[in-house]
Amino acid sequence: MSSLKQEVEDDLFVRAPLEEKVLEDFAEEPVTFWNEAWRRLKKNRGSLLGLITIIFLSLMALFGPVISNHSFDDQDLALSNLPPKIEGLGWLGFDGRDVNGKDQYEAREVTSNFWFGTDEFGRDLWTRVWKATQISLFIAIVAAVLDLIIGVVYGGISGFFGGRVDGFLQRIIEVLIGIPNLIVIILFILILEPGITSIILAMVITGWVGMARVVRGQILQLKGQEYVLAARTLGTSNVKIIWKHLLPNVMGAIIITLMFTIPTAIFFEAFLSFIGLGLQPPLASLGVLIEDGYKSMRFFSFKLLFPAIVISAVMISFNLLGDGLRDALDPKMRK
Amino acid sequence: MRGKEKIIEIKHLTKYFDVGNGKVLKAVDDVSFDIFKGETLGLVGESGCGKSTAGRTIIQLYQATSGQVIYDGEDISQKKSAKESKKLKKKMQMIYQDPYSSLNPRMTVHESIAEGINNHEEQLSQREIESRVYGLLESVGLTKKHANRYPHEFSGGQQQRIGIARALAVEPEFIIADEPIAALDVSIQAQIVNLMQDLQLEKNLTYLFIAHDLSMVKYISDRIMVMYLGSMIELAASEILYDEPLHPYTQALLSAIPIPDPRMERTRERIILKGDVPSPINPPSGCRFRTRCPKAMQVCSEAVPRWQEVSENHFVACHLYDLEYISLVVD
Repeated sequence: MSSLKQEVEDDLFVRAPLEEKVLEDFAEEPVTFWNEAWRRLKKNRGSLLGLITIIFLSLMALFGPVISNHSFDDQDLALSNLPPKIEGLGWLGFDGRDVNGKDQYEAREVTSNFWFGTDEFGRDLWTRVWKATQISLFIAIVAAVLDLIIGVVYGGISGFFGGRVDGFLQRIIEVLIGIPNLIVIILFILILEPGITSIILAMVITGWVGMARVVRGQILQLKGQEYVLAARTLGTSNVKIIWKHLLPNVMGAIIITLMFTIPTAIFFEAFLSFIGLGLQPPLASLGVLIEDGYKSMRFFSFKLLFPAIVISAVMISFNLLGDGLRDALDPKMRK
Repeated sequence: MRGKEKIIEIKHLTKYFDVGNGKVLKAVDDVSFDIFKGETLGLVGESGCGKSTAGRTIIQLYQATSGQVIYDGEDISQKKSAKESKKLKKKMQMIYQDPYSSLNPRMTVHESIAEGINNHEEQLSQREIESRVYGLLESVGLTKKHANRYPHEFSGGQQQRIGIARALAVEPEFIIADEPIAALDVSIQAQIVNLMQDLQLEKNLTYLFIAHDLSMVKYISDRIMVMYLGSMIELAASEILYDEPLHPYTQALLSAIPIPDPRMERTRERIILKGDVPSPINPPSGCRFRTRCPKAMQVCSEAVPRWQEVSENHFVACHLYDLEYISLVVD
């Protein structure tokens, strides 16, 4: 083997030069992670639709009750159970006619139009539906944010320290998961009086576990990444490592989980209301309205229809958005 | 080109991992060697032989199970105060294997490189840090324009250069390069290795170059150490290791290097090892290599071969060269 080397002299070779120091200019602005994620999200039509719907429904929830001149709990029995009537949209069904085709507005000499109709107490449904949306969204978002805070802290500690701490914390979670969610929530409502706070509390007690597990999984995976090792070798403190290296990279997973927690919370709240453990009158959430509407589904279908459409739209939109975000934020799918 | 002064002494370094059921994975088993100031020591071996683990244990990313790492006369494997270990971190740095995952995707190049500077020299102003970062970028062949970009906007070779700049930011004396070129194209490998050599001259660095590409290791290293399944098996100057490999494993490794001449490559005789690498959880008794060694003898299963200096500065752990054993057999 040594004789071979003499045939190819070392000085036949010249050092390979480094590529030109001035490369072609980067075409655009620096592309941050969020820029890129947003770009990818925009391309996904489903998630874009979801996002627009959520924004639309949120705006309606804020301004809907203000637009109409009615309040959500003004009762007037003379106006009870009026079908929906909107000027100009009569051909779509908003003509004020009931199941039998009779124009209720004419018959009772009602002058103002109730866009979504009225309920059995004469309360304007348009206002009630959007107010209910406000309340449902509020409950869902507060519950989701509380889940986030508890879950991130718990999962973060569990994942970062690993070892026995992790084992201990995980055992606790396993016990909690073994208990059926619904039972815990119902028990809670029965103990505390039904109301916004108790519903939120009940959902958070069992809901944080999902976020904790996701955060823990992400952190366990990120701990071993070479840039974290590099940070340790460079002398970065633990706090800085969590803050600058771990958390920003877990953000994506946290947001995605958040997007899916919200529809779950909305659903749970609606379910509780449906079985009577939800909010009490005159407060109404979408679930309460649906329960009311359900009772007179055959004669006054509009009372069920509108809250049902809104709640479905909200849940579908969050799911679409969540799906889109999951694709957009997954770094492995970079082009 | 090295002085005779030792920068780091590794004594009986051991790293075992507990894999449950009472089993232990012996990743690094009683490894001892010295590195001299200004030299490049190559560390080669197949995947799973423990070279990366050895590197990480030396740099204190893993806590050694036993043994000592003596840097500049001080034993650094003992638990240190935060201030002391910080001082140490300035002197020893590491370059990692996967250029992409060695950079935080959410931090700009500037932030990544400045991290070390921020940790050790908090008193510097923003402008001073900026000019240091620009200087480092230039020294690895990049420019100021690259500073506020994100890692994913660069090629592998450029990312690795950023990693090198980051390691140099704290002005270390000793750098462990853990397979720094394994993930790069061959032409880029050459650029990086040349860059590392230039930097070594410029900044008086000492390298521990961990790799499995033997031809590249020979180019950059003054001495080379070969590991197998957690143990050292041979250590010699590069030229000598390649011209006169003593250990059968080294001979097999070298015969696996392709020769550029197709005619010779086709007709030469290759040493092909039989069998698979044994598990490090249950290594073979005696010499770990004996299950695949074409020259295994009776004694190889009974006694662990001793680490001996067979010729000047050429060490090997093999019964074939154990003078005591040879004399016994002959008798």
